[in-house]
Amino acid sequence: MYVAVKGGERAIDNAHAFLAEERRGDPAIAVLTVPQIREQLRLAVNRVMAEGSLYDPDLAALAIKQARGDLIEAVFLIRAYRTTLPRHGFSSPVETAQMHMTRRISATFKDAPGGQILGPTFDYTHRLLDFRLAADGDVPPAPTAPATQGPVPHITGFLNRDGLIETADRDDTPPPDLTREPIELPADRALRLQAITRGDEGFILSLAYSTQRGYGRTHAFVGELRIGMVEVEMDIPELGFAICIGEVELTECETVNQFKGSKTEPPQFTRGYGLTFGQTERKAIAMSLVDRALRWKELGEDFTGAPAQDEEFVLMHADNVQATGFLEHIKLPHYVDFQSELELIRKLRAEAAAASQKEAAE
Amino acid sequence: MTPDTLTGGFATPPTDSARAFRAILDALARPGTIRTVDGAEPPAPLSSAAGAVALTLLDGTTPVHLAGDHDTQDLRDWLTFHTGAPLVAAAEAAFAFGTWDALLPLDRFAIGTPEYPDRAATLVIEMPNLHPEGATLRGPGIKGSAYLSLPATAPFIANRSLFPLGFDAFLTCGNRIAGLPRSTIVRDA
Amino acid sequence: MPSSHPQDPDRKSWMSLLARAPADRLASLFPDPLPDHTLLRAPEIGSVMVQGRIGGTGAPFNLGEMTVTRCSLRLTDGTVGHAYVQGRDRTHALRAATMDALMQTDAAPALRPTLDTLAAEETARRTTRAAKAAATKVDFFTMVRGEDK
Repeated sequence: MYVAVKGGERAIDNAHAFLAEERRGDPAIAVLTVPQIREQLRLAVNRVMAEGSLYDPDLAALAIKQARGDLIEAVFLIRAYRTTLPRHGFSSPVETAQMHMTRRISATFKDAPGGQILGPTFDYTHRLLDFRLAADGDVPPAPTAPATQGPVPHITGFLNRDGLIETADRDDTPPPDLTREPIELPADRALRLQAITRGDEGFILSLAYSTQRGYGRTHAFVGELRIGMVEVEMDIPELGFAICIGEVELTECETVNQFKGSKTEPPQFTRGYGLTFGQTERKAIAMSLVDRALRWKELGEDFTGAPAQDEEFVLMHADNVQATGFLEHIKLPHYVDFQSELELIRKLRAEAAAASQKEAAE
Repeated sequence: MTPDTLTGGFATPPTDSARAFRAILDALARPGTIRTVDGAEPPAPLSSAAGAVALTLLDGTTPVHLAGDHDTQDLRDWLTFHTGAPLVAAAEAAFAFGTWDALLPLDRFAIGTPEYPDRAATLVIEMPNLHPEGATLRGPGIKGSAYLSLPATAPFIANRSLFPLGFDAFLTCGNRIAGLPRSTIVRDA
Repeated sequence: MPSSHPQDPDRKSWMSLLARAPADRLASLFPDPLPDHTLLRAPEIGSVMVQGRIGGTGAPFNLGEMTVTRCSLRLTDGTVGHAYVQGRDRTHALRAATMDALMQTDAAPALRPTLDTLAAEETARRTTRAAKAAATKVDFFTMVRGEDK
C-alpha cells in the first residue's frame, strides 16, 4: 500500500532555528568572524578550497563558519556555490617553476640548487600541546634573511639531464573537464589528476598509505615538495593577449619512484605528480603516490589487484560530496521502500513456517 | 576587435536572459507557436532573436558554427566577447547559426549518441519570414496539430526517424522565434 | 578615438598589476568618483578554470577554479577598458577597467604614480615573505664522510 504523506514544515523551520543557535554557541563568547577563520584556520580553509575545487579564501572561511567546522559540509557548500558561477574561461597552465616559494624541500638531494627551505612547517615541532596558545598573545615576528632572487628550477630537471628519469614532455592537448562531462573510463592521466586533486584528503591519504604498505608498491621518494604563490594567466579574447588575473597558493609534489624497467621502458626513475590548492602538503604527497600507482598500465607494470591501481575504484570513490550525498541519503525517509521489504520478509517467514509444518505433518 | 562588437549585449543580463530563456523554452516546448524575444542587438546579418538565443544559451563550453554569410569577423568577435563560445566547424558544433541554404546539408551536424543523446547540435535557422501556417506538426507539446512555415519538410521527417537522436532547431525572423525539437512529427501541409 | 595596443607589453603589465592589487588599496589610491563611462559588460562575478601541467612541464590538466570578476566599459571619449580581477569584488573590476581605459589616454602620466605605488607594495609583500622563508633555509654541516675512515 502506498501512502503519500506531507508535513514537517514547522519541524524543519524550528530545526533550522535550533541549528543557527547551536552554531552561534554561548552568546557570552565573542562571535567568530570570517576573517578570523581565513587568517587563523588557514589550513582548514585550504582543504575546503582544494576539495571544493574553488580558490577563494573568503568563501571557504564563510563555508567553514556556516558548516560549524564540518569540512565536508563546507566543501559541499562551496561546490553548490560554484555551480552558480558563469565560467569566464580557463587559464594558461600555471608555471610552478616561477613560484614565489615559502617552502621547498627534497628528500632525495641534500644540496639541491636553491636549497632546502623549511617554511612554516609542523615537521620539526614536538607535537606537544602548547598551552600558551590557550591564552591570547602576540607572537614575535619571524626572523628574516636575504633571499635569493629569481625562479628556482625543479629538482627533477637535474635528474633529467642524465637521462635517469622519465621526462614530462610539453604537450598542449586540451584536457577533459569532469565538471562539464561525466568521467568516462578508461580516464587519461589529466582526468585522473583532476579527480584526485579535488578528492577527499582522507581517502587519497589512505590509498597512498596502502601503496606504501605493499598494495601496489611504487617505492616513492619525495623528489621535491614546494609551496608558494603562483601567478595565473589567461588569454583574453577581446584583448588578443594574455594577462595575469591573480595569484593562487599551490602545493606541488613530485615523487621519484624506483622502476626496474618493463618490456617497453628502460630501467629508470619514474614520477608521480601532485598539485593542490593552498598549503596542503599531505594531500599533494598522497596525490603523487596515487597518481604513480594508477600509471601501471602505461609503464607496462603488473596489475596486482591493489585498490590504488584500480582506476574505477579510485576515481568513482574519491569525491566526498558524492560519497556523503549517497551515504547520508539513507537516513532520509524511505518509508515506502522499507514497507515493501517488511512485507517481503513476512511473506518469506510465512512460507517457511508453512513448509516446516507440512514437513512435520508428513 | 572593433568597438561596435563590444555593444549589443543584454542591458541587464540577469533579467534579460531570464526573459529570453523563458521565451526560448516556451517556443521549444510548444512547437508551432511563435514567441518574441528582445534585448539583443547583434551585428548583421544575425537577427535579434537569434542574437538573444546566443546570449542566453552559449558560453565557453558550447562550440558554435557560423554558416555561410553569417560567418563574418564582426559576428565572430561579437559572439566571442559576449558569450565566449569557441567557433568551430559544423561537425563539432553544439549550436549553428545560418540561413536554411547555408546550413545544408544537415547531416554535417551532431545528432548525439545513444549514451548521450544531448550531445546533438541545435540549429538556429534564420528565416526571411515566419508564420504559423504550412507544414503540419504533431507530437509532444502540441494539442492536436500545429502549423509552421518550414523551409522544407523532408529533412525534418528524416530527423524524426532518428529519435531519440537527432538535432533540434529554432527558426528565427527579426525578434520572433519558433522551436522545432527532434520529437516533433512533421508532415507536408 | 584612441585605439588600444594589443601588443603593448605595458598594457599587459598594468592590467596584471591591477588584477593582483588588493581591492581596498586600489580604492584608496584611486577613489570615487570614477570618470563618466558606459558599461559594455557590467561587473560580472564568475570562475576561471585554473590549469596545471602534469609533472610541472607536461600536458595540461584542470586543477580547480578560482573566482574572477570581469568588467568592460567605454569612456566618453570612446576609449574602451577591460578588467579581469581575482575575487568577487565588483568595484575592484570596475575600477581596474576604468584605470585600463584611462591609461590609454592623456591621463596616463597622472596615473603612473598610482601603479608604481601598487607595484612597490606588491614587491615589498613578496620580499618580506621570501625573507622569512630564506631564514628557514637549511645549512648542512658534514659530520663524517663514509669514505674517510
